[in-house]
Amino acid sequence: MNTLDALRGTTPPRPHDARAIAALAANPGCARRALLDGAGIDKDAVARHLGFPAPFGQSPFAITRGNLFESLVKADGCAELLRMLRELLGLPVAEVAYHDVENVGAHLRHTHTRALIDRAAREGQDAGTLYDHPLLSLEIAGHTAYLEPDVVAFQLGGRFHIVEIKSFAVVDGQADPAAVAAAARQAAVYVLALRALLEELGHDPLKVSHEVVLVCPENFANRPVASLVDVRRQLAVLRRQLARMTTLDRLLAGLPDDVTFDLRPGEDGRPTRPVAELSDALRGATARYAPDCLSTCDMCFFCRDEARQEGSSDLLGRQVRDELGGVASVAEALGLADGERDPAEGQEEIARLLRNAERLRRECLT
Amino acid sequence: MSLLTSLARLRALEQGIAQPVATVRHCHLSERPMVFIPLKLSGEAAAPLAAMLGTDRARPRLLVVTQPRNRDLRFAWAAELAGELLPYIEGFLADTETVERRNADPYERALDAPQLIVPNPAGVAFTRLLGRSTRFRRADGPYPVPEGVPLLGRWLTYLGERAAYPGSCLMISATEELARHWASGQSALEDANLAALLAWITTGPSDDAEDPLVWPPAGPATDPGFDAEVLAPAIESGSDERVTEALRTQLEPTWRLMWQSVDLLSGLPEAPGAGQRWEQDRGSFSGMAAHLAEGAPPQPRRDGAVAAAAKLARMERAQAAYDVQRAYDDPLIMAEYRLTGEAFAGEVIETVPDNTEGEGRSRKLRPLVVIKTDDPVRLAPGTSLGTPERRGQGAELVSAGEGLVTLKITKGMGRGKTAAPGAVPEVGERVCYTSLTGDFQGSPALPEAEATPWTHGGPPPEHVPDDEDAQEEWS
Repeated sequence: MNTLDALRGTTPPRPHDARAIAALAANPGCARRALLDGAGIDKDAVARHLGFPAPFGQSPFAITRGNLFESLVKADGCAELLRMLRELLGLPVAEVAYHDVENVGAHLRHTHTRALIDRAAREGQDAGTLYDHPLLSLEIAGHTAYLEPDVVAFQLGGRFHIVEIKSFAVVDGQADPAAVAAAARQAAVYVLALRALLEELGHDPLKVSHEVVLVCPENFANRPVASLVDVRRQLAVLRRQLARMTTLDRLLAGLPDDVTFDLRPGEDGRPTRPVAELSDALRGATARYAPDCLSTCDMCFFCRDEARQEGSSDLLGRQVRDELGGVASVAEALGLADGERDPAEGQEEIARLLRNAERLRRECLT
Repeated sequence: MSLLTSLARLRALEQGIAQPVATVRHCHLSERPMVFIPLKLSGEAAAPLAAMLGTDRARPRLLVVTQPRNRDLRFAWAAELAGELLPYIEGFLADTETVERRNADPYERALDAPQLIVPNPAGVAFTRLLGRSTRFRRADGPYPVPEGVPLLGRWLTYLGERAAYPGSCLMISATEELARHWASGQSALEDANLAALLAWITTGPSDDAEDPLVWPPAGPATDPGFDAEVLAPAIESGSDERVTEALRTQLEPTWRLMWQSVDLLSGLPEAPGAGQRWEQDRGSFSGMAAHLAEGAPPQPRRDGAVAAAAKLARMERAQAAYDVQRAYDDPLIMAEYRLTGEAFAGEVIETVPDNTEGEGRSRKLRPLVVIKTDDPVRLAPGTSLGTPERRGQGAELVSAGEGLVTLKITKGMGRGKTAAPGAVPEVGERVCYTSLTGDFQGSPALPEAEATPWTHGGPPPEHVPDDEDAQEEWS
């Protein structure tokens, strides 16, 4: 019987963050990713060891700027944040308590967060409270993932808002839609986690607002501006995806016995596992590659290479895949277009279209 | 994307080289385009880092902000950029033609117009942001910026907005135009990488294209590894020369790719529609120049209700016209409509050139044409048709079925009792007809901006330049 711990082996685990969970929900059908994440495996290290390092990196300028902005917003017990919350939520907040949960030490943080949130929900204090660095947890496919958001939860009168601080700019009230969408997806993970916590404690989960507060720099300056973002849609998607996500136990059962994704780090921490062996083990867990993976998953180059070797039409993107109506391989689609292959049952319509398309292309190009 | 393009992508993957998806060039290419590759500082909204630009491939100009966080240097950079771009743009204003208009005064239109070519759509977006961060500045007053910077901001804003216009070529991005003409064997997402797309078109896919050490990103974002290992230490060292040379290594490869893109595109013959759209671009450009000459205020941060509605209507019309013109200009684009049954092509097998309808004075000439086609026609009797072979002609579908289509010609046969010679296709001729025609609905009448109803926020406030705009932080 495989277990997630055995899958990870001797490599130290890597905690989840909301970004990973949001991305997981974006491609819920990918068993490989679900297993790697579920087992807390450092995908970046795996990809690098396999010779397919992920194309992500963050510029030191971007990191500096992000940290600078966050510390600006949180300076003096979140004074600046409070001013914005007052304006945005129209709250008559006179005084606000500030709890930095990070100060209590990592092993106690989750318990401490629970206790604080429980008390706040129970007492419904009139005074507002800001919770910095709360440690939340979320059940993912039958396993508990801990989230360490750098966000703040704000409660007033027993009602909670998630505050998410991002360093992309809002210029004249408009921001990069992709960046906002990613922030909303992440915030939805926190809303869900906080709601789960409240429910567990016997409170009404809807005390957590579906409107999150997004704090970004305004225009070209460093001055923060807050806006409310409705994440109901993201919540619905996330909840559905998490519920639908094949349980890890079933995925585990589908793997060959004794399989492991262990990197076998040596004394210096460098992986010693033979690359061919590791990549064979990984191929045992089916991936569902899509070009979107290139911006979300550390394993993307490995899976893309695999899709290339298999001649899968996934390479060309979901749009092409959808257009081909279930013809999975490039060779199959071209065979149908050239009339060299007979359509299987249910493929008659797409085969007719492909043959027609091929005839038209030839006519126009010769 | 259509099934035809998807098939081309599959074929590209199989053959290991990009496949054409157009037979003519659907964008106008200037004889003297300005290639513009901007780079921005990571993590910032619109902090310029460098730009390589110029109209001569042998002599690129490199402009660098050697200390990217220094506000004065940033404005000095913008002033240098203005020194390059403004003379280029304004150089097109000298030679004009007078255009007569119905129901309006004639106007002067520039004979040629500027064309900015950036690597990718992100380059267009960054240019627009550069425009936004500079157009409200003032060269006088308590927070002066160098001369030319506010004007540059207004031109960049104009060009950035114009780039969103379907078919406009005043500012184009290389990856988008290349992808409009060639289908690679990778996804649309990966096509946004200029080096990768060009490799597919010229030599076949190459992993080098994604290696930032071989082909640095085409901007505006820089490679994070370069930022950490080269740029940050160079800035730290305080040596202007070191920063400049570091950035040159990131821009020069893209510079070569940009001109390679220009060469590839100019290898295709220009479609007639591209010339027509360029004429509109020239008109728009002259309009903008006249606007500036009249001392109009900078473009507002947000469009007013009336301006936004008018812009949207213009863009919708431009999109519809663009789609029709491309199909009429290019059999490979028309093939997409043939595949969906909105167009058909085939051989004329029978004609009745003197067919008429009606009696006495209302008797009209309606020549009948029967066409044999292999295309799946999905058009109802009575549908109006047009044809790329005879642009002025109008026709109507009479019946279609079993590979035969009968249509009658309704327009464009001359005024005589019989059809003008050549108006009715001959037996044996190959023809193509489509329900796609250039007849669009006119745009709705919109009130003047001053009469914007209260439901739409009332008249937009007039722009009053103030010091707050002029001193807006740019960090």
